[in-house]
Amino acid sequence: MIPLSAYVAVSAVLFTTGLIGVLIRRNFIIVLMSVEIMLNAANINLVAFSHYLESMAGQIVALFVIAIAAGEAAVGLAIIIVVFRGRLSTNVDELNLLKW
Amino acid sequence: MVLFFFVYFSLVSIVAGVFTIAFRNPVHCGLALLTLLLHVAGLFVLLNAEFLFAVQIIVYAGAILVLYLFVLMLLNLKTEQRYLHTRHAIILFATAGIFGELLLLLLQSPFSGAKGDAPAVAILQDGDSFAVGIKMFSDYLLPFEIVGVFLLGAIIGAIVLAKTPTAVDAEQE
Repeated sequence: MIPLSAYVAVSAVLFTTGLIGVLIRRNFIIVLMSVEIMLNAANINLVAFSHYLESMAGQIVALFVIAIAAGEAAVGLAIIIVVFRGRLSTNVDELNLLKW
Repeated sequence: MVLFFFVYFSLVSIVAGVFTIAFRNPVHCGLALLTLLLHVAGLFVLLNAEFLFAVQIIVYAGAILVLYLFVLMLLNLKTEQRYLHTRHAIILFATAGIFGELLLLLLQSPFSGAKGDAPAVAILQDGDSFAVGIKMFSDYLLPFEIVGVFLLGAIIGAIVLAKTPTAVDAEQE
């Protein structure tokens, strides 16, 4: 029997990987991919607790997280396309349109 | 056997996650992300969540990742020479130290709590999709409807954002 803490540890490692990806990458699309890694880490956590605490709530919330990830990907990629059309770049350092 | 599969799925997903943020070419990053998503789906099977396993492969690997690769192909990005922020490397080391401490505490704690009403035997009797469906359309009906409205808003937002601005100008002239 695998202990719950093993799943939580895997989820923590994946979350840290995604966080580092958001912080160090310059390409906006890869930053969005790192956000997907973090959402997946959260899903592992939810499903693991759902299994070990014998409740269905975790799996339901994980489904909602997947739906929100789909919406986030669609809107985020649309924003990337709009920005790329004006500047021909997806570098996050050059995106300072909203800075004042 | 379960232990072997757990070690395989978790190790490959962690390695694929590191590759996703480390590869230089964005398309390679996308393919590493695909590997990660499929192996996370494997972890869901080990946790008796077969419905989430199917949803993960169909929605994540089938739809979201294809959307990412589609946009990557559409933009035709040049591979950048400097693709990482290296100035803040010291912050990463501090983060790694805090994370190690957290992991140490995590592996020592027992994680016990109040048990719910869905033990593994009850789920396996009718299948996981049955259990998820009954729960979602009884107790979680309102959140389900809210997610539907949210997705509609996301669709409309994506269409409005990605519409070509020249078409609007031609209409006004």
